[in-house]
Amino acid sequence: MSKTTADSPAETPRADPAGDDQDLGAAGSQLSTAPVETAMPGSFGGNRAPGLTGWLAWTGREVLGWARWMWRQLTSMRVALMLLFLLSLGAVPGSLIPQSGTDALKVSEFKDAHKTLGPIYDKLGLFHVYGSAWFGAIYILLFVSLIGCIIPRTWQFVGQLRGRPPGAPKRLNRLPAYATWRTDAEPELVREVALATLKKRRFRAHVAGDAVAAEKGYLRETGNLLFHIALIVMLIAFAWGQLFKSEGDKLIVEGDGFSNTLTQYDDFKSGNLFSDDDLVPFSFNLKNFVGTYERTGPNRGTPSTFQADITYSLGAYGKSQKHTIKVNEPLEIGDSKVYLVSHGYAPVVTVRDGKGNVVLHQAVPMLPIDSNITSQGAIKVLDGYKNAQGVAEQLGFAALFVPTYGKGSGTMFSQYPGLDYPVLNVTGYHGDLGVNSGIPQNVYQLDTKNLKQFKTAKGAILKAQLLPGETMTLPNGAGSITFDKQIKEWAGFQVVQQPGTSWALTGALTAILGLAGSLFIQRRRVWVRATTAPDGTTLVEMAGLGRSESAKLPEELGDLAALVHDRAPTKTDDDPKTPTPTPTPDADTHDSDSGVEPPVPAEGAEK
Amino acid sequence: MTLAAATDLVSATDVASVTNLATATNEHLANLSNTLIYSSMAVYTLAFLAYIAEWTFGSRSKIGRTAAALTGVGAKKADAPAVTVQNAGGTTVLERPKVVVRAASGSRDVPDGPGAHGGDEQGDLYGRIAVSLTVLAFLVELSGVIARAASVERAPWGNMYEFNITFSTVAVGVYLTLLLLKKNVRWLGLFLVTTVLLDLGIAVTVLYTASDQLVPALHSYWLYIHVSTAIICGAVFYVGAVGTLLYLFKDSYENKLATGGKPGAFATSVMERLPASANLDKFSYRVNAAVFPLWTFTIIAGAIWAESAWGRYWGWDPKETWAFITWVAYACYLHARATAGWKGRKAAYLALIAFGCWLFNYYGVNIFVGGKHSYAGV
Ligand code: HEM
Repeated sequence: MSKTTADSPAETPRADPAGDDQDLGAAGSQLSTAPVETAMPGSFGGNRAPGLTGWLAWTGREVLGWARWMWRQLTSMRVALMLLFLLSLGAVPGSLIPQSGTDALKVSEFKDAHKTLGPIYDKLGLFHVYGSAWFGAIYILLFVSLIGCIIPRTWQFVGQLRGRPPGAPKRLNRLPAYATWRTDAEPELVREVALATLKKRRFRAHVAGDAVAAEKGYLRETGNLLFHIALIVMLIAFAWGQLFKSEGDKLIVEGDGFSNTLTQYDDFKSGNLFSDDDLVPFSFNLKNFVGTYERTGPNRGTPSTFQADITYSLGAYGKSQKHTIKVNEPLEIGDSKVYLVSHGYAPVVTVRDGKGNVVLHQAVPMLPIDSNITSQGAIKVLDGYKNAQGVAEQLGFAALFVPTYGKGSGTMFSQYPGLDYPVLNVTGYHGDLGVNSGIPQNVYQLDTKNLKQFKTAKGAILKAQLLPGETMTLPNGAGSITFDKQIKEWAGFQVVQQPGTSWALTGALTAILGLAGSLFIQRRRVWVRATTAPDGTTLVEMAGLGRSESAKLPEELGDLAALVHDRAPTKTDDDPKTPTPTPTPDADTHDSDSGVEPPVPAEGAEK
Repeated sequence: MTLAAATDLVSATDVASVTNLATATNEHLANLSNTLIYSSMAVYTLAFLAYIAEWTFGSRSKIGRTAAALTGVGAKKADAPAVTVQNAGGTTVLERPKVVVRAASGSRDVPDGPGAHGGDEQGDLYGRIAVSLTVLAFLVELSGVIARAASVERAPWGNMYEFNITFSTVAVGVYLTLLLLKKNVRWLGLFLVTTVLLDLGIAVTVLYTASDQLVPALHSYWLYIHVSTAIICGAVFYVGAVGTLLYLFKDSYENKLATGGKPGAFATSVMERLPASANLDKFSYRVNAAVFPLWTFTIIAGAIWAESAWGRYWGWDPKETWAFITWVAYACYLHARATAGWKGRKAAYLALIAFGCWLFNYYGVNIFVGGKHSYAGV
């Protein structure tokens, strides 16, 4: 700590933390475990001995050196910062470009609309950003860097905890907060008092040479490490959840049941490492679905209750239990959660052939297309039907169902979601439904390619608006379709299994806790030096140093100084006008240090 | 049935399941709320004029302390960091040792400006009037927000109009709280009130939504927690961003002086009254660092809520994604300051980018992007 280092910042107007540390020597070091950037040489091999062994040794050193260098680069703060920045930048396109994970339909629309951009985006993985290789690379590198950063920092911190606060720097008056006075008390006594005072204030303190060295606020570092570790826990939990998660949809009509196996789902998605054995074995029956709706007011038609009463059992022979699932209250069975996600109506219909035999009697679920539950569906008779000529055929009916028919309005759109005036609109087809063609078919739509529509005798399309109990007769003895007086409801369930959720939550809460510790707690050091001055009195000097300058540091030092001062008061027979003596004989003190200059607010003292 | 269809249904239905809260729209309260919001705008305008008066009259006294510190007289002192003597907190000054405070060696040594009033008594009077008017306007606006909430019988953030009025109320609340805590922030007043007027202007003209036009995606107390903390974070981030912006101006001004430049008279008059750039920098850092944990919590509360409503806690919905981007951007900023030694301008740019992300999440995502969170009824 030569004069030149102390004074050199005059030319550079901005703060240079390294300059600070040099000035303070060891006293300022290790106030945090943040790594210090070090320059690396360009070659690591050193001298190359002749011959093959020489070459091997040289290459080995070189490879090792570069590997080390790369590791250091990766775990350096600069690269961590870059990776963080890249992470936020990389997340942007996924929010602006449609993503196949959330909206596959929009993706295909986008691809149709942008013939040139589409394939390029596809190549770059821009339709599934968060699962793409490059996004993965960013966060994996970031977390490798994080781990590479945390481990040495943890060791270093453990070392700091086991060691003692560093001794006092030579010139305490160079520190951000400083106090001094002379007293008649012996230096030993002053140190004793200071040690006791600091310890009482929960500083870690010890006597080193002529001074007491103390430190406090280790929780800051603990919090910071905890926060970064919690980030790793969260990432692992999230990745684990993504890899092993499963998500299936099932539509169940009142009275029907479901058991949790892959084949029973209407739609199923799972993570890469999911296996069918991971499904929690349970089954349930939908007993009753209750949906009631506001009758009046501006919110007429919005649901006021919306619940599914079920009985469920765990495993093949589990005891059956009753439960009610509501919209925001899923049923939890083991790792699985069963959410109620949708509902609609399933009018019961009966289809007869020309001879009056029932070929279909079933509740047919219809898909809502608006908030008043105007619904669409298809009634399909796959086998068992023979036409008037006795030839096996398939029948299909396109159906539109409204729970509340708007009488005067003339449209087939429902006026209210409750079952006030149900009407079923049907039109029939015969021929081949195309179910066996191998192409996956939508259960709610008819593929009319190989179907012929029933016509009336006059050649018009045959269709009817049926009220409950009414029947539409098909022409030429082809049979009939009846809208039974019974209308069931159905509920759509989503069964989600995402392991690691509780870990993610624990990680998240720990992260907040650690973050609060890291940002709100100050780590600071205080030194109290007591030496015998040439005139025989004892010179007491106190100084404080924090990692970031804070207004609180001088305040705290003042409080501590007052406590020590109580036991080692200022020598009274001195000239009271100069309570501050020249601290050290060789000091290049400026007159400002004596405190007679008009006070100038400095950093850390803004109030 | 596809998953997309199923989840669309759920967002439509579960949204609706709570609206029984707000069956009766109270016309009278809604009108009262509108009147109060307009009145608060009028009072904010008066406060704005008073702040202007503070700045105008304050400029009479000639103060060039920054210039003095950086040139001429200051040059001699430049190698000696600033030093302050503090009374060590107690009243019994004589019995307590004095604490000498000094800036880190190497940091620029500039005194704080005296504030908008420039040390002028008349200016100071106008400043006090401005603050009083701001308090009044705040109370009126707050009543307006409460009346609005009562009229729709739910939290006042069902659409962007409500979001805007709540947001500006909270931002002014943050400013007044800082003043109450005796922080040196009166210089923020003019800038804040200007933008509050802008925010309210947009709210009542472009974004206004009649109060019975409900699109409330509001249920589950987690959502209440999530949205209210989000608004608080936004307000505090905003105050931080104003501080950062002023820091950048003041820093340029000081740099110009330090290199022998001559800033214009207007710049001098404004800049001389602001706190030193180092303190503006610190102010915005503290403000941002203090809310960062709350922002983290906000995101987590949102995830908890999404878990119970949609069956997944994180789905990269645009709103979620931008909340994450904002979070990472602020983490970047804190990191830059804490470890990479990027104090000053570079870190300030990061802070502004981060606030830009927050703004985009608030306006941009609602207007341009959509997604599940697009309940905001623009
Ligand atoms: C996943 C991304 C990360 C986030 C969100 C994050 C966030 C943070 C935050 C908020 C702070 C507190 C800053 C302050 O005190 O003002 C911090 C400090 C720190 N972080 Fe990170 N960080 C991340 C990754 C990393 C990585 C990869 C490294 C190492 C290469 C690292 C090393 C540090 C260090 C050394 C500190 C400062 C400790 C101190 O102030 O004593 N962080 N980080």
